[in-house]
Amino acid sequence: MSKIIAEAAIRGAYACMNRAEAMLSEAIHRHGRAKSIAFPDTAYALPVILALVGKRVEKLGDLEEALQVARTWLPAPPTEKLWLPYLGGTLDAGAATLVAHEAVEAMKPRLAFDFWLGPTPDSILREQGIKLVDGRMPGFAACVGAAPSDEVAEQLARDLQERNILVFMGGNTGGETMAAQLNRRGVEMNWETFLVPYGPDTSSIVHALGFACRAAFTFGGLRPGGIKETREILLYNKRRVMAFVLALGEVDDEKYATAAGAINFGFPVIADTDIPEILPSGICTYEHVVANVAHRDMPSRAVEVRGVKIRTVEIPIPVRHGPAFEGERVRKEDVAVEFGGKYTRCFEYLTSRPMDRLQDGLIRVVGPEIADVPEGARLPLAIFVEVAGRKMQPEFESILERHIHSFLSEPMGVMHLGQRDSVWLRISKKARDAGFRIEHLGTVLLHKLRNDFPAIVDKVQVTLFTGSDDVEKLYPEAAAAYQHRDERMGALTDESVDIFYSCALCQSYAPNHVCIITPERLGLCGAYNWLDGKAAYEMNPHGGNLPVKKVEVVDPVLGQWKGINDFIQNASNGAFLKFSAYSMINDPMTSCGCFECIACILPGTGGIMIVDREFSGQTPVGMTFSSLAEMTGGGQQTPGFIGIGTLYILSKKFISADGGLARLVWTTTRVKQKLGDKLRQRCEEIGQPELYGKIADETICTELEPLIEHLAAVEHPALALGEMI
Amino acid sequence: MSFDNRSVDPAAQEMLVHARDLGAKTVWDRHDEMQPLCGFGDLGLCCDVCYMGPCRIDPFGERSQVGACGADAHLIVARNLARTVACGAAAHSDHGREVVEALRNATVIANPEKLKMLAEEWGVAVDHRALAARMASQFGSQEGPLIPLLRAPEEQRRRWEKMGITPRGIDREIVELLHRTHHGVESDPVALLRGAMRAALADGWGGSMIATDVQDVLFGGPQAIRSQANLGVLEERQVNILVHGHEPILSEMIVAVSRDEDLLALARQAGAEGINIAGICCTANEILMRQGMPVAGNYLHQELALLTGAVDLMVVDVQCVMPSLPQVAACHHTKIVTTSSKAHMPGAEQMAFDAHNPKQTARAIVKSAIEAFSRRDPSRVNIPRHKMDLVAGFTNENLPLYLGGRFRAGYRPLIDAVAAGRIRGIVGVVGCNTPRVAQDSNHLALVRCLLAQDVLVVQTGCSAIASAKFGLLRPEAALEYAGPGLQEVCAAVGIPPVLHVGSCVDNSRILSVCVALVAEGGMGGDLSELPIAAAAPEAMSEKAITIGLYAVASGIFTAFTPAPRIAGSSVVRKYLEEDVEKETGGKFLFASNMDDAAKGILAHLDAKRKALKLAPRALTTYVPATGLKSLGCGQAQKHSQERVPEA
Repeated sequence: MSKIIAEAAIRGAYACMNRAEAMLSEAIHRHGRAKSIAFPDTAYALPVILALVGKRVEKLGDLEEALQVARTWLPAPPTEKLWLPYLGGTLDAGAATLVAHEAVEAMKPRLAFDFWLGPTPDSILREQGIKLVDGRMPGFAACVGAAPSDEVAEQLARDLQERNILVFMGGNTGGETMAAQLNRRGVEMNWETFLVPYGPDTSSIVHALGFACRAAFTFGGLRPGGIKETREILLYNKRRVMAFVLALGEVDDEKYATAAGAINFGFPVIADTDIPEILPSGICTYEHVVANVAHRDMPSRAVEVRGVKIRTVEIPIPVRHGPAFEGERVRKEDVAVEFGGKYTRCFEYLTSRPMDRLQDGLIRVVGPEIADVPEGARLPLAIFVEVAGRKMQPEFESILERHIHSFLSEPMGVMHLGQRDSVWLRISKKARDAGFRIEHLGTVLLHKLRNDFPAIVDKVQVTLFTGSDDVEKLYPEAAAAYQHRDERMGALTDESVDIFYSCALCQSYAPNHVCIITPERLGLCGAYNWLDGKAAYEMNPHGGNLPVKKVEVVDPVLGQWKGINDFIQNASNGAFLKFSAYSMINDPMTSCGCFECIACILPGTGGIMIVDREFSGQTPVGMTFSSLAEMTGGGQQTPGFIGIGTLYILSKKFISADGGLARLVWTTTRVKQKLGDKLRQRCEEIGQPELYGKIADETICTELEPLIEHLAAVEHPALALGEMI
Repeated sequence: MSFDNRSVDPAAQEMLVHARDLGAKTVWDRHDEMQPLCGFGDLGLCCDVCYMGPCRIDPFGERSQVGACGADAHLIVARNLARTVACGAAAHSDHGREVVEALRNATVIANPEKLKMLAEEWGVAVDHRALAARMASQFGSQEGPLIPLLRAPEEQRRRWEKMGITPRGIDREIVELLHRTHHGVESDPVALLRGAMRAALADGWGGSMIATDVQDVLFGGPQAIRSQANLGVLEERQVNILVHGHEPILSEMIVAVSRDEDLLALARQAGAEGINIAGICCTANEILMRQGMPVAGNYLHQELALLTGAVDLMVVDVQCVMPSLPQVAACHHTKIVTTSSKAHMPGAEQMAFDAHNPKQTARAIVKSAIEAFSRRDPSRVNIPRHKMDLVAGFTNENLPLYLGGRFRAGYRPLIDAVAAGRIRGIVGVVGCNTPRVAQDSNHLALVRCLLAQDVLVVQTGCSAIASAKFGLLRPEAALEYAGPGLQEVCAAVGIPPVLHVGSCVDNSRILSVCVALVAEGGMGGDLSELPIAAAAPEAMSEKAITIGLYAVASGIFTAFTPAPRIAGSSVVRKYLEEDVEKETGGKFLFASNMDDAAKGILAHLDAKRKALKLAPRALTTYVPATGLKSLGCGQAQKHSQERVPEA
C-alpha cells in the first residue's frame, strides 16, 4: 500500500533536509553567507533548485533561503490511523528532498577519483542531451543502488544501451554501486557510451534531475519563476523526456524520498525488490511505482510504464549493437585485427548502380578473413558498397557513405574512425571470440542501409577487400569520386537553387523553433546541410525537413525571400514575420538550443565573436557560452546573437549583409583549429590573407578592453567597418 | 419495542427508547400521528393557489379532472413543484445574501488568497467591500447572465441559452417563477418546469455558489481535517453547546469565543471541564469543514440530542430547525436560543445576532450556556456512547493539491483513474433525512453499494453526516467498503472513499469539481458527458428539490427519493424523467428504493463511459532514429570520431 511509501518518503525527506541544513550551517559557520557556490560550467546555477524554488543560488546565503523555502513543503507524516491525504504531501516532500540533495551535492567536495563523473557541464548537456531532443535516445534511466551481482549490472547496462537509453547511476546498496560493478566488468563508462556514473550517494542522482530541468530550460525555452513556471518545467519533462528511475536493491527512506521527487517530473519508479506499488496514474503517464521486476525485464517494463514502446532493429551478428556502443574504444591490447590508421590503406567507398547490376544482399570478403591472420594483425581494407534504388540519386551517395562511420561504430567491440580514405577500424578480441568476422561488417552495412534508408535504397551489395592488390586497384576510382563530389558541392549556391529546406528535427523539444537550411548556410547544429535536407525529404516527405520555395527575392543583401518569410510566419504562428539568411542584426534566424557555435556582436570593436559550445570559459562579451545560449536559444529572435554551425563561417554568405568574415575579431582556438587551412583560404579569398592571424582567441585575451587594444595593435579590418548597430 | 424502522443509527435507537421513557414526542411520533398522509397532497393534486378552492383532482379519473379555473392535474402538479423550487432557491440564496452582507461588514478576512482570486474573476479591486457589492448586485440583477454562471462549461451554457433559462438575477428568477404560478398566469406545465429550472440554476450557480465562496473568504478555505460524529461527541463533563441551522457566521464566532480564557474560567467555575461546541445539520458541516468541530448528528438528531439532557444550550438560525425544539428541550434544562431576525420561535429565547458585533452575541450565548450548565441534572444525563472518527474538509480547491502536490496540482490523477476504470464514476450523494424512511438507511445502502462498485462518492449535508456516523468517512473505509479499483486510488492518494465537501450550499463545490474535470480535458465537453451522477436518497426539504432540479438542469443524472409530489401528473413525470435529458443533458430518476437507484446510477455511469470510449492505455512507439535523422541534430559523428585511442 502506498501509505508505506508516503511514510518512508516523508521520513526520508526530513532526514535529507536535516542533513542539508546541518551541512549548510557548518559551511556558513566556516565560510560565511557570501561564499559563492556553484556547479562547474553551467548557466543554470543549481538547476533543480532553480527550477523548483525559482531561485538562482550563487552564494551560501542563497542556498539558505532556498532550503528555508523547501522546508515549508515538508508535510506531517501520515498517521497510523485516520490519516489525512498523503499523495500530494509526499510529492512535495520529494521536491524538497531534491532541493536538499542538490544543496548537499553543491556543498560536498568534488569527487576526483575513479570513474565518477559528477555534475554535468552545460557543454555536455548540449552535445549529449541533444540525442534526447532529436530522437536518437528515447529517454534516460536513473539507476539508484546496485545490482545483486556484477554480471546482472552489466547485463542491465547493456540492455539499456541496446535500446539507446542514457543511463545515469547514483547511490549505493549497502556500499555497493552499480558503477563499481560495471567498472569491475571492464565496461567503459562515459557520455559516449551512454553510461554516466554520478556518485555513490543517493543525493548524486539529483544530477539526473538537474539534467532534466536543464533540458526544459535549454531546449524547451522555459524559464524559472513561480509555481506556475515550475509546473510547466515538470510537465515538459512528463510530456517529452521519457525518463524513469530504476531502483536497484533495498529501497530506504531517502531513496523513497528521492523517487517521490522524480515522480513530480512524471518519471516512474521500477524496482527489483518487493516494495509497495502505486499503480493509479496521473502524475506519471502510467503507473507511478512498479515493484518486483526481474532484472532482465527491467528495461522493457520500464519503457512500457513510461509510455513508450521501443522498436529495435535485429541484425544477425554475434555481438550487441546500438548507438550506445558507438562510443566504445578498442584499446591496443584488445585488438584482434586492425585496418588503416597510419599502418595500412583503408577506405570506404559507396556508389550507386543500375538496379539490374546488383545482387541484393551479397556480402563478399575478398582476401583473408579474421581467422586467417594472427592476433593483432594489420590488414588493408576497402569497404566497397554498391547500392541501387528507384529513387537513388548520385548526390545521395556521399550522404549514405558518411553514415558508414556510425553504422560500423555500433557493433560492440568494433571501433571505426575517420571517413573516406582516412578510416581506422579495429575489431576487438572479445568480438572475435564471440564469433564476429570481417564479413559481419558487411552484414551491418547491409541491414542498416536497408533499414535506415528504405525509401532510396532497394538493393545493397557489399564487398570487403582485405588483400592489398585489390585495395590498391579500387582506390583510384574512389579517390576520383571523392574529388568529384567535393567539386559539385562547392558549386552549389543559394542562387543556383529554387528551394531551401526547413528543419524541425528538434521540434519535439524546442517547439518554438524552425531552421531554414540553404546551400550556403547549413543548420545551426552543424549536422545538416542542404543536401541532407533534400535527401531527408526524398526519403520521408512528411518528416522534419520540408522544401520551402524561395519565390521572389525580397532583399538579396539580407537574404530574404517571400516564400521563406511566408513559411516562417506560418511555422511560428505569426510570432516572426521574416528571417534573414545573411544577417545577424536584421531579423536573424532563431535558434533552438542545439547550436554548434554562437556568434554575437562585440560593442566597441565593430566586430563579432564566435564561441563554440565546448568552450566553458569567459568570453570578451562578458558571458560564458551557457549564458549566451540562454539569450540566443529557445526560439527567440535576438538581434546581434545567432546560433550557427561552425562550417557556416567558411561560407561566402557568412553574415554577408553585416560585413562578412572581416567582422570576426575573436573566436576560440578550437574553432580556429577545426577550420584551419580552410579559414586561411577564405581570408585569402576575401582579399585579406593576414586576417587569420588578426583574429584573437582565448590565448590572447578573454576580456573586451585588452581585445580592443589587441585589435588596434594588429589593425584588424573590423575597426574600420564601424559599429554594426 | 424496537425502532429499527425509525433509524438504523444505534445512537438514535437508544435515544428513541429514552424518549419513550421520558414520554417525549419526536418527529417520528408526530409523523405517525399524521398517518394516513393526504393522498391528494402526496400526488401533488391539491391546488390552493387561489381562493376559489382548494381544488383537488381525482387521480382515478372518476370525479373532477380540472380545478375551478380549469387547471388540470399536470398544471397543478407543475405549479406546486415550481413553488417548492422557488422556496428552496429563496432559502439558499437568502443564505448567500446574508453572508455577502457579512463580507461587506467584515473586519477580518481569513482567506486573502481566495479573495484575490475572486476579485480577479469578478473584475473588482482586491477589496472585500468591493467584492461584496458586486456579488450583492447579482441578487437584484435584471439582465444577467450571473457572473458565476460563466464558470459552467461553454456547451452547458449554450444549452441554457437555447432553452432560454439562463438566469438573469437571483431574485428576479425566484420572483418571476412565483409570479408565473399565480392564479391565471403560466398554464403550460412544461414551460413552468423550465422556469423552475431557471430559478434553480440561479440557486446552484448563483446564491449557493456565492455563499460557499464568501464563506471560504470569511472563514478560510477548508483543509482535510479529522473529527468525530454522532451523539457520543457530547461531553458529560463539559458545557455542551449545539449549533444548528445553516449559516456559519455566528457559529464560527461561537467556536472562536469558546476558546476565550475568561469564558473557559467561567465554565470551570461552574464545574465544567471545558466548553464543547458540536453541530447539527449543515451548521455542523460548516464548522466541521473549517474548524474540525464534532458533529452531533444530522437533521433527525436535533430532538434526540436535546433528549440526552447533556445539551446546555442549542443555538439555531435558519432552515431545517423544527418548531418542536422548545417543547423537547423542556424535558431538561436545555435552553433554545434563536438568533436570526427571520426565524423566531415561541418558547425559545431570541438573542438577536448583531452583524456589527458578532463577538458580543457569541459571548452572551456561551455565557448563557455556562449558566444553563449549572442547572444541568447529571443524574438525568443519558449520552449514547456511539461516536465515529471521520476525515472531512475536501473542496474543489484542495483536492487538486491532495492529488498532485503543490507543483503538479490538478485533477489528472482522478481523470486517469476514471479513464482507466479504477473509478467507475463519481456520484454526489446529498440531502436530508426524512421520517418517511428509517433514518440514514437509504444513504448507507446507496453509498455502500456505490463504493463496492468502484464509484467515488462525494457528499454534503445530512447525507454526509449519515456516512460519517457509520465510519465511511474514515480513510480506512476504502479498504473495508470500496471495490478494488477505488481502493487502489484511495490508497494511492490517502483519501477516504467518501469525500465530505461540506454543507448543502456547498453542493456548488460539486458543480465546481465537475467543471474542473471538464476543463482538465479528456472527459467530454459538458457535465452531461461525464460519468457522474447525483442522488438525494432521503430528501425532505424544499431546498433538496431545488438542488435536484439545478443538478438536472446542469446536465447531471439525479436519483431522487422519495419522489417529490409529482406522481399525479404523467406529463410532469415524463418531462423530468425523460424529455428534459434532450434539453439539458440531465434527468431525474425517481426510484422508490435504493436498489433501483443504484442500478439506474450504475447503468448511467456505464453508458457515459461507453459514450466517452474510455480507452485503455496506448503506448507511443519509439522508433530509433534512422537515415539522416540518425546523424542527429548535433554532432554525434564528430564526437565519436574524436575518441582516438592510443596508436
